[in-house]
Amino acid sequence: MTAIRFLVNGAPVELEAPGMRRLLDVLREDLGLTGTKEGCGEGECGACSVILDGDVVDSCLIPACQVDGRIIRTVEGLAALTPDGRILDDLQAAFLATGGAQCGICTPGMLLAARVYLDAGGGPDEDAIREAIAGNLCRCTGYTKIVEAIALAAETGRRPAGA
Amino acid sequence: MPVEPPVETPRDLAEAFRLMALSPRTPIAGGTDLMVRITGEIGSPPDQVLDLSRLEELRGIALEDGRLTLGALTTYAEIRRSGLVARSLPVLAEAAATVGAVQIQNRGTLGGNIANASPAGDTLPLLLALEAVIEVGGARGERSIPADQFWIAYRTTALAPDELVLRVRIPLVEARQVRFRKVGTRRAQAISKVVLALAWEQADRKDRWSHVRLALGSVADRPIRARSTELYLEGSRATLETADGAAETVAAEIRPIDDVRSTADYRRQVTARILHRIIRDAGGW
Amino acid sequence: MTSRTPERPSAQSTVATPARPAVRPAEAVIIAPGIAVRGHLITRGPIRREGPAKLTGDARYADDLVFPGAWYGATIRSNLARARFLALELDPGFDWSTVVVVTAADIPGEPLMGAVKGLTPDQPVLVPVGGDIQHHSEPLALIAAPDRRTLRAARRAATVRTEPLPPVFDPLDSDKVFVSHDVVAGDLAAGFAAADMVLEGEYRMGHQEQLYIENQAMIAVPTDDGGVTVHGSLQCPYYVHPALMRALAIDARQARVVQAETGGGFGGKEEYPSLLAIHASLLALKCHRPVRMIYERHEDIAATTKRHPAVVRHRTGVLRDGTLVAQEIEVILDGGAYCTLSPVVLGRSTTHAGGPYRCPNVRITSRAVRTNTPPNGAFRGFGAPQVIFPVETHLNRIAEALGISPLEIRRRNVYRLGDVTPTGQVLSSSVAGLEVLERAAEAVDFDAARAVTHRARLTGQGWDAVATSPLRSPVRASASGIGIALAWHGCGFTGSGELRYNSIVTIELDATGQVRVLAANTEMGQGTRTILPMIAAQALGIPSDEVEYAPQDTALVPNSGPTVASRTAAIVGGLLVNAARKLRAEVEARNDGRSFARVYREDAARHGASRASDQFKPFPGQPFDEHAFTGDPYPAWGWAACAARVDVDLDTGEVAVREVVAVDDAGVVIHPILAEGQVEGGTLQAVGYATIEEMKVQDGRYLNDRLSTYLIPTAVDAPRITAIMVEAPFDGVPHGAKGLGEMPMDVGAPAVIAAIHDATGIWIDRLPATPERVLAGLTASAGANESGRPGSGGHDRPGGRP
Repeated sequence: MTAIRFLVNGAPVELEAPGMRRLLDVLREDLGLTGTKEGCGEGECGACSVILDGDVVDSCLIPACQVDGRIIRTVEGLAALTPDGRILDDLQAAFLATGGAQCGICTPGMLLAARVYLDAGGGPDEDAIREAIAGNLCRCTGYTKIVEAIALAAETGRRPAGA
Repeated sequence: MPVEPPVETPRDLAEAFRLMALSPRTPIAGGTDLMVRITGEIGSPPDQVLDLSRLEELRGIALEDGRLTLGALTTYAEIRRSGLVARSLPVLAEAAATVGAVQIQNRGTLGGNIANASPAGDTLPLLLALEAVIEVGGARGERSIPADQFWIAYRTTALAPDELVLRVRIPLVEARQVRFRKVGTRRAQAISKVVLALAWEQADRKDRWSHVRLALGSVADRPIRARSTELYLEGSRATLETADGAAETVAAEIRPIDDVRSTADYRRQVTARILHRIIRDAGGW
Repeated sequence: MTSRTPERPSAQSTVATPARPAVRPAEAVIIAPGIAVRGHLITRGPIRREGPAKLTGDARYADDLVFPGAWYGATIRSNLARARFLALELDPGFDWSTVVVVTAADIPGEPLMGAVKGLTPDQPVLVPVGGDIQHHSEPLALIAAPDRRTLRAARRAATVRTEPLPPVFDPLDSDKVFVSHDVVAGDLAAGFAAADMVLEGEYRMGHQEQLYIENQAMIAVPTDDGGVTVHGSLQCPYYVHPALMRALAIDARQARVVQAETGGGFGGKEEYPSLLAIHASLLALKCHRPVRMIYERHEDIAATTKRHPAVVRHRTGVLRDGTLVAQEIEVILDGGAYCTLSPVVLGRSTTHAGGPYRCPNVRITSRAVRTNTPPNGAFRGFGAPQVIFPVETHLNRIAEALGISPLEIRRRNVYRLGDVTPTGQVLSSSVAGLEVLERAAEAVDFDAARAVTHRARLTGQGWDAVATSPLRSPVRASASGIGIALAWHGCGFTGSGELRYNSIVTIELDATGQVRVLAANTEMGQGTRTILPMIAAQALGIPSDEVEYAPQDTALVPNSGPTVASRTAAIVGGLLVNAARKLRAEVEARNDGRSFARVYREDAARHGASRASDQFKPFPGQPFDEHAFTGDPYPAWGWAACAARVDVDLDTGEVAVREVVAVDDAGVVIHPILAEGQVEGGTLQAVGYATIEEMKVQDGRYLNDRLSTYLIPTAVDAPRITAIMVEAPFDGVPHGAKGLGEMPMDVGAPAVIAAIHDATGIWIDRLPATPERVLAGLTASAGANESGRPGSGGHDRPGGRP
């Protein structure tokens, strides 16, 4: 067992875990953050995607020892927490508006891949969006409305605040 | 169902060498190959793991003595983002872009690709064609291994059990042309059916080709150089006759197999056709 | 075209539920308990009910549910396709008191299961020692342990001893027929005699994996009354419920089935969850604790059902102008090792085999046979894609032989109002085949696009320019093409399926004034939880967010039938309208005729709870004879067309599907975004079926049982998909819906294959059109080109000739 400390969605976490425990299992089982999903366990489907120090990664391929001292963001950390509840971010709202989530199992990973794309200044260009989510498999949507949602969020993000 | 093996995380290379000298450990860098085995459902987990991720000595991309040097922990994403790579060896960024998708590119490392020694490793034919030198080391010291002596059998490298891949040095050559092509079943997240990297030197487009290097992935038990075809192309011009002859030579030279991803016939034919295409495009006919 | 959407798309899609106090940040709109969005969502129709939960990670799928003290369950499986199961040997070195082991001897009830009511149970829950193993990965025993480490050690300490028996893998070699049909209409011999041309062809399709991204998952919790409650990822709670009763010998109240949020089904969670629920329950009852059985991906692919592989043969007689005069069709489905749903799948294959085309003289023979491979089952389209690809491709070959365009030959033959199908059904309403065809052709400017590829061919830039040697790159690196396809899809179950279920839907107005729909139909991404309240709300005349959808829990909701066969919107929706109308009439009658919307809360306060139900009644029309296969197999048909553009890499045979326009007639569109989502998703599954999705089978085992080896399209492989909705309402249900989910799956593959032909000149008669098959076709046609005509690709047997 190794002592591992990191930030999840802005909150410090300290736990004892085997160093080779998958980050996915740490999040889901040790921390109860079940928004992160397992689809294949081999880095093919992207359902377990999280943001690690600003990069989107497959949490099934990350050993816990490598997240010590790092910053992690999961789907639970996307909406803004206010005293009156959570407010969806522009991307989540766009998924809701376009119908980007169907069965929802790929949605958390898809949102995080898209979040990184947008945070890096990604725009509404369809080919660029498709490349940004090529590591996230979806079997429900044909990707159409997911691409639409990310493009919409990119447009929304470009509008001046308050518009 | 994870049953995790023990892991140590050395803070510097000396400590890593010391641990490797104690007993063999399976190194982990980006984890994209090794972590798949952790659950025990696909392959067997390693007995003991050495986490290289904190070894700053193994990071960084630099230009030294006319060679591009990449630390073993350099990720595909770093290669794609690197201005130095874009200026000095853009084909390497092109190859890195064909690996997996964003998540894998953010984690997968060049050193990992080299040490994992998959016959389908995406970057390996390029390293062969560019005559890269792989620098390895351990408690007993460092040594350099030319890429064409590194992958010695199926998933077997020239590394001693106590050695680690440290960095790769790729000579930069004026007037060198390089082409890279990966053929997979889909356009992202695909393990290759054929990888082809071709390099040659030519001062002028009309000149004869010299110093031809042709390397292939997924057509043998390891990434290989196609030496008969290289010999055939050496001193040639990019004509239809050259292309036809090179295609026939490479098809005769390789011994691909049928497996879950493709067939021997397809791999042989496609290798020949994409080589033919590259020569056709180079000749401009 | 007029939209009959119950709720008009509006700029502001939601309002705060009145029951919840409006304590929220000034600029935010609450859309779910504790979840808000800033400003207004610009969208069409109500937002997906569980959308906010899915977007925040709140949604609880089976593996997200926590049951303190739960054990982990695993399955011991066969590693041979056919064998005698001699013994399960337990290593005495392992402490077996720390785990529980379940074998067939522990099954208290029936040892064999059937997929659904009315089909002979033939599949062992677990193969008994001494019994016969019929397929690779067949369940032989179960183990549960308190933790994963112990479970893994126990699995390693259990050894299966078997004696191999000779397996059968080729459906054409099988002598075990699960079911067969023979449909005859007109005079086939006379038809062929009158034909100007007769064309034969054989078409093959392999397995396709549903590949829901959430694996099969089930948790069984023993109850104090000796029964069990299961929580799982499933489509049909009332399939699992009787399966538990039979296998565990418990009564209806002891068995309870609760659907967890379900991460995709596509048919793959139609019948398999029944088996998994029994397995988890057997372990839970033996260890007296909750047991979790969550499949890993490779186990899911290795063991669960797939789309049936098929061999389909066509012999078709046509007149010179393309008019069909005789169709002789043979359909063989590979059912795998057990019957499961094969008879039902074959029924749909049989009724759809001739395609949406008028033909006076038809014979369709069909059979589903046993092989020693894992049982095949339901997958979106359910036997229709396996017959639509052949009939569409065959028609294109006929058109080419006659020099008629693929569009024109369809125009000439597509069913019109009043036409009669091979089973004798008169198509008396809601016939939109021509309309969907024309809409698709118009959307892609089909004739103009064909002219472009034709010109490319004439100038030596199309497929005529392919290489003359298999090792030589052709002049052009790629070629583009366009294809079109047409399909029909019968609404709801085939034949008397609905009669068997007698589905009931209930709507209640509870004493607190909450309106609630009670139905067993599950949400798995397709939108049930959103559209059924919309349908009810429209009938009641109230906003849809005032209607709740009760959880899919057999203790709470009646059996409104399974969530399959695109029947939810059409059949269940129809029952719901009727139930809602009864409730509305009852409430309005006792409130002096004042509208339901105005009085329902007050009515509940005064009179307490009210409920109304509606039960399925047969549709008018001819009854369907399930033995003779005559009559009306479906009360109505949906119609779908698809146009696809592809680029083919002429060096490698790789096919890039660039654009698809899918036109679907669902009767009415209930929710525009959800409907388009069905079309887009189904279309991409069809594109995968056409191009890269291939199960490789060796000795009865799936070789590519991982996501790195069974490949589905990623976002960069997916074409740009445009969904166009057509509405030809069905007058047999009060709201006009016919169902939608499966049609896009039927029609996509033949459109892609036609486009590959347009680009390259090769005919692909075997799905998928892998690069290997396309390249084989290209290099064969290169040889043929020297003699002036393209060859046939991708198949070892030529498909026949004019």
